[in-house]
Amino acid sequence: MRITQGTFSYLPDLTDEEIENQLSYGIAQGWAPSIEFTDDPHPRNVYWEMWGMPMFDIVDAAAALHEVRRCREAFPNHYVRVSLYDPTLGRQTTALQFLVNRPDDEPGFSLDRLETADRRINYTLRPYAARKPHGSRYGG
Amino acid sequence: MAEPRPAEMPSLGTGMLQGHQNDDSFTDPSEILEDPRLEEVLGKLDRELVALRGVKNRIREIAALLVIDRLRRSFALEAGPPTLHMCFTGNPGTGKTTVALRMGEILHRLGYVRKGHLVSVTRDDLVGQYVGHTAPKTNEVLKRAMGGVLFIDEAYHIYRVDNERDYGQETVEMLLQVMENRREDIVVILAGYKGHMDRFFNDVPGLSSRIGHHIDFPDYSIEELMEIAHLMAEERNYVFTEDAEKAFEDYLRHRKSQPRFANGRSVRNALDRVRMRQALRVYEMSSKGRNLTKNDLVTIHADDVLKSRVFGGGAYDDEERSVTSR
Ligand SMILES: Nc1ncnc2c1ncn2[C@@H]1O[C@H](COP(=O)(O)OP(=O)(O)OP(=O)(O)O)[C@@H](O)[C@H]1O
Ligand SMILES: [Mg+2]
Repeated sequence: MRITQGTFSYLPDLTDEEIENQLSYGIAQGWAPSIEFTDDPHPRNVYWEMWGMPMFDIVDAAAALHEVRRCREAFPNHYVRVSLYDPTLGRQTTALQFLVNRPDDEPGFSLDRLETADRRINYTLRPYAARKPHGSRYGG
Repeated sequence: MAEPRPAEMPSLGTGMLQGHQNDDSFTDPSEILEDPRLEEVLGKLDRELVALRGVKNRIREIAALLVIDRLRRSFALEAGPPTLHMCFTGNPGTGKTTVALRMGEILHRLGYVRKGHLVSVTRDDLVGQYVGHTAPKTNEVLKRAMGGVLFIDEAYHIYRVDNERDYGQETVEMLLQVMENRREDIVVILAGYKGHMDRFFNDVPGLSSRIGHHIDFPDYSIEELMEIAHLMAEERNYVFTEDAEKAFEDYLRHRKSQPRFANGRSVRNALDRVRMRQALRVYEMSSKGRNLTKNDLVTIHADDVLKSRVFGGGAYDDEERSVTSR
């Protein structure tokens, strides 16, 4: 099951050229790119690992793309995403975020039902991949 | 879903050239050759930098090569990206940094670097203090310089062969790799004094061959130094009287033979001190009740120059101290 997360997630995966164009656009807006990765695909997992520092002082998108590639090389079977942070006063938040890498095989989620009092049911999602410990998910 | 707004695209100048595929189809080189913005930077280089004939010619050659390369590409005559890394050698104050700054602009106009900014660093910005510190540090600098020019002043300090535990080696290796593999993303300009640079190239095999242009910046003659002085005086709205001019030339002749002479920079420093003396003289004039004219404010007299300690015969001027304390 293909995870959709962030901007462009219903489009086919972006090519490197498209990623570079998005980065160029963001940098031209004064946004700082940063790169994160994870092997926990749960939509509520907001704590991804940082790949290096946010890049506040780069001028050209090639530098950020370079780090995207290095991160992918190190974690070919993780999710990798790029965030562009808008530091302007009053905004100070992520302006754009999209996936730039995903595992080859995405097993998806199981839906667990928990019966509680009065025949009520609570639902929760559980990524199949997350049943294995960190680092050994997605065949990696 | 909203379309992403179009991102700023690198201008490789292909747009107007596409479609000329055939051997004798015609392409109009004037479009590129007479690109007003290119002429503007080359012209500015000519006007604002005195002398440096050799250097300027070399830059015109490089510009011509890049322009022609672009035309060739319009005929699908690929030759791969040219090696634009450079090494500037020369004594202090001969204009290396100034020219490097212009290089960024020129290469940008020619579409060979995407942004054209200059990141100027020395050993301390690249080499770390402990194991594992160097690679991230160098990497940060390289990233900052991507799309522009990385200028490494006194490059030979990066690596000291005599100290095998020197972390600079890591930096050198990363530089070598980037200079070879990321030629479209970054132009590296090394600068330093000739002898030291030559030794550095001997110590680091493979570096010299990655550099396409070794450019030497000769010391200026007295005439050229005077031209620089005139240019600087003009920029600062001062004029020399005839006597002052002679005195200044005399000053330069003295100063040139003393230690730590720094060509253009010495001229600038001397001029700064002449301005101080001139200001004091004018100030005293006015406190004696004289009315000041505009002329008084812009004119440099021989006296303003002759009070320099260089003429005292003894120690050379205090300029170097004032430079380093800044
Ligand atoms: N040909 C020139 N025409 C006009 N000004 C010049 C020329 N060459 C040098 N200068 C002036 O001299 C000063 C020093 O030049 P610059 O900093 O480029 O020297 P440098 O070669 O980088 O010296 P260093 O090796 O000490 O770093 C600058 O103020 C510059 O404007
Ligand atoms: Mg310099």
